[in-house]
Amino acid sequence: MQMPDPSPRILAKRERVIARLAEVLPKGAVISDPDETRAYECDALSAYRCPPMAAVLPATTEEVSAVLTICHQEGVPVVPRGSGTSLAGGALPTADSVILGVARMNAVLEVDYDDRLIKVQTGRTNLSVTGAVETDGFFYAPDPSSQLACAIAGNIAMNSGGAHCLKYGVTTNNLLGVTMVQMDGTILHIGGPYMDAPGLDLLGVICGSEGQLGVVTEAWLRILPKPEGALPVLMGFDANEVAGACVADIIKAGILPVAIEFMDRPCIEACEAFAKAGYPACEALLIVEVEGSPEEIQDQLRRIKDIALRHNPVEFREAADEDQAKRIWLGRKSAFGAMGQINDYMCLDGTIPVSALPFVLRRIGELSKDYGLAVGNVFHAGDGNMHPLILYNANKPGDLERCEAFGADILKLCVEVGGCLTGEHGVGIEKRDLMTVQYAPQDLEAQMSVKDVFDPQWLLNPAKVFPLANSASRRFDQGKEVAA
Amino acid sequence: MMLEPASEAELAEAIQSTPSALHIVGGASRGLGGSGSRPLSTRGLGGVKLYEPGALTLVVGAGMPLAEVEAQLAAERQRLAFEPADWRGLLGTSGLPTVGGMVAGNISGPRRVQAGACRDALLGVRFVDGQGQVIKNGGRVMKNVTGYDLVKLMAGSWGTLGVLTEVSLKVLPAPETVATLGLSGLSEARAVEAMTDALTSPYDVTGAAHGAEGTLIRVEGFAPSVAYRTEHLRQRLSRFGDVVVTDAADRSAALWKDIRDVAAFHGKPGAVWRVSLRPSAAAGYLADLRQGGTSPEVVMDWGGGLLWLRMSGDAEAGLVRGALAKTGGHATLIRRGAADGDIPIFHPEPAPVAHLSAGLRRKFDPRGVLNPGLMG
Ligand SMILES: Cc1cc2nc3c(=O)[nH]c(=O)nc-3n(C[C@H](O)[C@H](O)[C@H](O)COP(=O)(O)OP(=O)(O)OC[C@H]3O[C@@H](n4cnc5c(N)ncnc54)[C@H](O)[C@@H]3O)c2cc1C
Repeated sequence: MQMPDPSPRILAKRERVIARLAEVLPKGAVISDPDETRAYECDALSAYRCPPMAAVLPATTEEVSAVLTICHQEGVPVVPRGSGTSLAGGALPTADSVILGVARMNAVLEVDYDDRLIKVQTGRTNLSVTGAVETDGFFYAPDPSSQLACAIAGNIAMNSGGAHCLKYGVTTNNLLGVTMVQMDGTILHIGGPYMDAPGLDLLGVICGSEGQLGVVTEAWLRILPKPEGALPVLMGFDANEVAGACVADIIKAGILPVAIEFMDRPCIEACEAFAKAGYPACEALLIVEVEGSPEEIQDQLRRIKDIALRHNPVEFREAADEDQAKRIWLGRKSAFGAMGQINDYMCLDGTIPVSALPFVLRRIGELSKDYGLAVGNVFHAGDGNMHPLILYNANKPGDLERCEAFGADILKLCVEVGGCLTGEHGVGIEKRDLMTVQYAPQDLEAQMSVKDVFDPQWLLNPAKVFPLANSASRRFDQGKEVAA
Repeated sequence: MMLEPASEAELAEAIQSTPSALHIVGGASRGLGGSGSRPLSTRGLGGVKLYEPGALTLVVGAGMPLAEVEAQLAAERQRLAFEPADWRGLLGTSGLPTVGGMVAGNISGPRRVQAGACRDALLGVRFVDGQGQVIKNGGRVMKNVTGYDLVKLMAGSWGTLGVLTEVSLKVLPAPETVATLGLSGLSEARAVEAMTDALTSPYDVTGAAHGAEGTLIRVEGFAPSVAYRTEHLRQRLSRFGDVVVTDAADRSAALWKDIRDVAAFHGKPGAVWRVSLRPSAAAGYLADLRQGGTSPEVVMDWGGGLLWLRMSGDAEAGLVRGALAKTGGHATLIRRGAADGDIPIFHPEPAPVAHLSAGLRRKFDPRGVLNPGLMG
């Protein structure tokens, strides 16, 4: 993955830019010592690293505005950052950029249970949003696996999803409004504590724009009353096709579980070896979770069981209590850790139409043989979002490149069968050069023209999302000063 | 003369070569008054491209009549969960509402509180922009963050950024049964309290409205679950008065269709406004309006977060929008009153936001040929 060369024009004024930033921020909020900027050299796509010119940690929207105003005047690219858990390289700096981290902005600004809303600063972590309301019986629905660490800022930028989004939707469906600072320092309020907004749906396009349209500092989020309870069941099948057909039948029967998770054999085996959750040895495993009162749960599980039994599962395991429920989730929740024990891994994130599942898994198996790299599949089966985990050895020369080529083939396959390159992790740098597989030039042009409107100089996170060749002509001005 | 392209390519050609501004028409049932001189109909762009009930996905041509879509879904016991309203009774129009018009207006009904709006169910679009270019965004799968979400941008853009040719929608199972709990005689303030009580319960309420039929709370799902939740809600709401439960599904459906389509206002004169605000501010806002000297007929939906107002006096736009300065929120003029002149339909946006919207419109429609002036 290539990144643009740093602009000599910008590097030459490093000292001046840092001095100007220090003027508008409190002591300690500007980080420029190379020993310290290294902390910001990568996100969770750690194969790519580059320390930024400086990092700043503003504490208020006004400070964010002051920082952006200066960077705008100096023509310096800015890379917004939440918690740095992006798996797509979304928060990867360039050597001539300033990292703008919102980690210090983590306050809860307002909670309103009657209107079912919370307003937070976006540096707040996903889990601690729920943490702020759960003792009163509420929760914030989108729950990425990284929720202990990732920030609402990154969730909004990536439109993150989670295991329970089959029922509750992803970030965009739970976001009502934002305070956002544009690259020129303008502070905007878009949407708000209402169920819709006037005019064009700017909020809809800001969510998922990967830090390229503005720096989001505050967010109005929808909170929901907690369901009375939830319970998973586990079922094993001797073929991927059968598990896929079972998922389709559950959905066609009008049941809408909160989660349907799918694991294939390599993944089951790795999880079993790592977490010893007691999973059956089989080709495909489903975990289906339903919600409600105990009676409602039993009713839904009975319906699911009737359907599952028609598909001859090798195992159908119900949880009699909380502890057994935990054991059912244990293996799935440690899937990434388990694969990480075996080797370095790359986690992909394509989405496919659910009906294409058996074909896609078979093709991935064939590609795995061709490339000589093992792969395990975890899959949000209700919505078609796949997470193939490709194992490789970072210390072996050429392995990373082989792994990336394998990953690219899988993502192309997802597009071929009618799906897309990324279901929840975002494009970042990781899928940037594959965008042309999914989109025609005029489609990309339409998206880039949105950035032209929000950030005419292309200073915000400029080297992401769009293939560098497509965005080159728009990025040429960087380092040029703009009259204040 | 009405342009009626029979394909996306013909549509692109028609837009490219149009000498004058176009007024985009789906079924002509929700015309908020585009000012383009030449009508362009999407009627020729219908048809189901794909329907996979097991994957909850539907892809259709934008000109397809909504009623046909709903019939096809019903045959598989599925539906559009966001419950799109039919505005014909409200606007006195007579066309056949199309899917494209529904998406262009982001039309969502009472179930918006639980299932999201039209934009939340929209998975992908194809459209022709103001220069006649065919553009696609999103796709047919349920999770997709590949590039910018122009899908949301197109929903609710009322044809000002492009003419939709094809849309993909997430559909959901229709419930086995439905029940409605009703309270009568509540003041607006008490009604909002009751609706809030229901919506903050764990009983997965799919509608909360207050109008001519009293205060209504809806539960949907499998029969045992509906029975269970209805009983718990009945107990919970009994502090607001006698709770009457409507178990008959067809009677429930009729009640909610009336809320959805604002049937209370049909055939009556006066300007109609659609006001979006915090539910907790609704009663105070209405009190302010009355204090200001008007007495609108009111239907509350979305637990009080959506107010439909039918004005009794003339030229009250200043009052409707002015009172929102205190509470926050926005008001859309759905049906013009006799003296409303050229009051903007959409709530004026703060300058920097309006600047972005205008910028986007210039990019997608540089010649200003798509419903010019409709949204600003
Ligand atoms: C173990 C693991 C599991 C994961 N599981 C999931 C999962 O289940 N579902 C899922 O969707 N993702 C998952 N992710 C990916 C990642 O956690 C999400 O993308 C998350 O939303 C990133 O949040 P962050 O705060 O860490 O953002 P960062 O990594 O800091 O940044 C992500 C992007 O957001 C932009 N950004 C950050 N702050 C702002 C701001 N204030 N304004 C504008 N743009 C900003 C950045 O420029 C960057 O492009 C996982 C990651 C890991 C490591």
